[in-house]
Amino acid sequence: MAQAYTPGLKVTNRITHRVRRILPISGHVLVKVGDHVNSRDSVAETHMPGDVNPLNMANILSMPPSDVHECMLKKEGDPIEVGEALARTKGVFGLFKTEYKSKVAGTVETISNVTGQVIIRGPSLPISVRAYLTGRVVEVLPREGCVIESEVSLIQGIFGIGGEAFGTIRMACVSHEHELTEDLITPDMKDCIVVGGARVTDTAIRKAVKVGAAGVIAGGIDDQDLKEFLGYDLGVAITGSERVGLTLVITEGFGEIAMAERTFKLLESRKGHDASINGATQIRAGVMRPEIVIPLSQEELRREPESNVEGGLLEIGRPVRIIRDPYFGLIGSVHNLPPQQHVLGSGSKARVLEVKFDSGETVIVPRANVELIEG
Amino acid sequence: MKSLDPNSINVILATDCGSTTTKAILIEKVDGVYRQTHRGEAPTTVEEPFADVTIGVVNAVTEVAELAGRKLVDENGRIIHPAKGKDGCDIYISTSSAGGGLQMMVAGVVAEMTAASAKRAALGAGAIVMDVIASNDKRRPHEQIQRIRELRPDMILVSGGTDGGNTTQVVQIAELIAPAKPQPRFGTEYTMPLIYAGNKDAGPLIAKVFDESIDLKIVENLRPVLERENLGPARDAIHDMFLEHVMAHAPGYDKLMGWTHAPIMPTPGAVGNILQTIAERQNINVVGVDIGGATTDVFSVFDPEGNGKVFNRTVSANLGMSYSISNVCAEAGMANVLRWVHFDMDERELRNRVKNKMIRPTTIPQTQEALVFEQAVAREALRLAYIQHKEFATTLKGVQQQRTVGDTFSQEVGGQSIVNNMTLDLLVASGGVLSHAPRMHQTAMMLIDAFEPEGFTTLAKDSIFMMPHLGVLAEVHPQAALEVFERDCLIYLGTCVAAKGLGKPGKPCFTYAIEGSTLNEKGEIAFGELKLLPLGPGETATVSIEPARGFDFGAGPGKAVKRTAKGGTVGLILDGRGRPLALPEERSACQATMGKWVKTLNLYPDS
Repeated sequence: MAQAYTPGLKVTNRITHRVRRILPISGHVLVKVGDHVNSRDSVAETHMPGDVNPLNMANILSMPPSDVHECMLKKEGDPIEVGEALARTKGVFGLFKTEYKSKVAGTVETISNVTGQVIIRGPSLPISVRAYLTGRVVEVLPREGCVIESEVSLIQGIFGIGGEAFGTIRMACVSHEHELTEDLITPDMKDCIVVGGARVTDTAIRKAVKVGAAGVIAGGIDDQDLKEFLGYDLGVAITGSERVGLTLVITEGFGEIAMAERTFKLLESRKGHDASINGATQIRAGVMRPEIVIPLSQEELRREPESNVEGGLLEIGRPVRIIRDPYFGLIGSVHNLPPQQHVLGSGSKARVLEVKFDSGETVIVPRANVELIEG
Repeated sequence: MKSLDPNSINVILATDCGSTTTKAILIEKVDGVYRQTHRGEAPTTVEEPFADVTIGVVNAVTEVAELAGRKLVDENGRIIHPAKGKDGCDIYISTSSAGGGLQMMVAGVVAEMTAASAKRAALGAGAIVMDVIASNDKRRPHEQIQRIRELRPDMILVSGGTDGGNTTQVVQIAELIAPAKPQPRFGTEYTMPLIYAGNKDAGPLIAKVFDESIDLKIVENLRPVLERENLGPARDAIHDMFLEHVMAHAPGYDKLMGWTHAPIMPTPGAVGNILQTIAERQNINVVGVDIGGATTDVFSVFDPEGNGKVFNRTVSANLGMSYSISNVCAEAGMANVLRWVHFDMDERELRNRVKNKMIRPTTIPQTQEALVFEQAVAREALRLAYIQHKEFATTLKGVQQQRTVGDTFSQEVGGQSIVNNMTLDLLVASGGVLSHAPRMHQTAMMLIDAFEPEGFTTLAKDSIFMMPHLGVLAEVHPQAALEVFERDCLIYLGTCVAAKGLGKPGKPCFTYAIEGSTLNEKGEIAFGELKLLPLGPGETATVSIEPARGFDFGAGPGKAVKRTAKGGTVGLILDGRGRPLALPEERSACQATMGKWVKTLNLYPDS
């Protein structure tokens, strides 16, 4: 291969963004093509089959499984309430009957002759899917969900914690190199998405939870702070289901690292706007990165869009960020792309590039250790 | 499947569709012998925007075709066969682990018996086992049902009871699964395949429990009697259901299945296949390891009682070098990782580096310091995965044992590990951190430190991760698979000769006398010492060992051993560090010890 493709994260002030909103099982779609939806609106709903409660009635009533059927006061499909008699033995000459009163409400689903097991299905659980993105429904997937489209500012983070959340963008730091500490979190940040600059501390996140912030966005986080906040050491980067009081999106990585200036400026330009964020991260097949989605107002839609930044080809002059030590976090531009393999300090051979920093200094880095950033 | 005449096969094309990369190799008959001649790779195209695995296959094959100067793909994007002159191939075969491989849930009545056998069958077939449900797994029935509801397996395997035994308990397990209505990973139209391989008398009762949302297949009991496992029919059923259901729902696989001359196999199943073939043909005990970004697979083939080879495979789901690197450090503990590092490192910074590798998994170590740390993590990932493997690969549990007077003092019971490092003949490494280490000495030492082989063990690595291709080839053309395995697949690193036992540092451990065409040497190794002697690829030498009292090389403590050792790119490693391998607990002493070993083996020349 003569060219190297390098991944990058999307950071754009305007993009046509589509989201698929799908139910976990079949259900009803509440919207139709062309509808305008708000991020918090329900677009589809369904009922999950209720919880299952197995009861070994043969053991409970001390009888062979084959006799259970005869002793059941409720048959398959019958509803049952808490405290209602479910089964009763015949007793001896009509006396000394043993009765079992249900401890759960639901419907008798099955009665087994083989094992004497009775299954009671609890009431079904309503599930609803929110729009997440304020925009227009462009496709309805019958019984499954829909696709929503909107013009938005979109920022992908590198790593997040917590699921979907909504709030107003609120700047807490004055620059992309400014650390987000506890003292910068104030009570009026309730329901807001708080934007930091560089590293966010554990105490700042806890304070944000305390004041009721919907989310926190920062450039970096120390692994120790994350461990303390979560209460455990994160082993695998599959997140999104944590219930920690807010959604956290880290844009650059672990350690003391500043947010990319363009990301910070973009967020700053959208302060006061409503946004949706999602911390869900999955770094395996089917990569999923956390994101911040900010729908554009009518006035903003009239402006010319900027170019998008995402994966692409490494070319001389393109800005890159180094994403591995010994130069982790440093930003420069592609100075040279030697075609031949280079022996690294580790002794491995790899294809490299020369990165030039603002100071004029150049360093050689494996192509695998850079990502493209804004132009 | 099309019928094949092995004698008319001269050109073989094989692909392995991994989660991220599709790898293609070309095998050709050169001077009457099968050789792997060219390879190519391309990104896998299972996911959007392509959503068709054959695009990646054609790209990888096209690269091979360009290198080989052979046209392999026609104008319609199909693989050309049979071979005619400089065009096409005689057979095309493929393996797949794209989309996360085959994910299964297994269930049995007793966790240590039928459920363990069911797990072995699923793992042996190449699956990732998401959970094992058993009557005695200490979860209450509603918790088990909840768990089944949360999982989204591709397939379920249920076992339980011996033939002719009680049917109630296995039906009870089925009665927990049926109302849970497990949802598959792929689409709402997918019918969940469920294989029943338990007490044959319970088969009709099981069939009544499930409705049409389950595609039930009943096969022979995988544990017909407690004393014997019969995993073959269940494994075959898993492979069939994998093709019929999982593959058929994966994008583009219906097309790919039409191209191949043998059923597509799950990648780890194919690796297990080739290792079993080798172990049986050469009558040796083998351990293979494949360490990836997310998981580590360990395969073993041992003959524990001298009456047949037993194959085992385990997948350590969260022990890997990129996606799971943070989990390795958490499970092993940073102190255990750092004992393999011979210089000071800042722990806080390391933790951040580990997490950064986790979130940007494709980066590579640039400095020697980063490489040393990554190889230290690899040792711990391999060590933990091997411990899990040894605990799983056991003799059957629940078997009644007949004891004689001679066994009065024997403490052995069922459930002993059949993995025996002293009888291990060949240790094969594959996976990025082992295969792509800048020096093969580093690969050899990672294997020795993590697996702690005892006695005489040949070390090798899979040159370009060719084992999956050869595993599926072994199904249709075993001779070709074996020839390529021996000639092109394995790179021999050398032989490790290691003492089992413990002693005092500096005291005698063993004496050695080596006779060979290129190496003739005598000497003594003290406890705690390592020595590397030159014995190149293709060379062999006769090694005579006289162990000091208390040290064992396979013949018993203190007893002399004479064996032939195979050379390789690293050579002959004499290991007097003892087993189990212990490093000083005190950090500076540990660094000094490790530093000495690093120097002896010349692991990191610039350090």
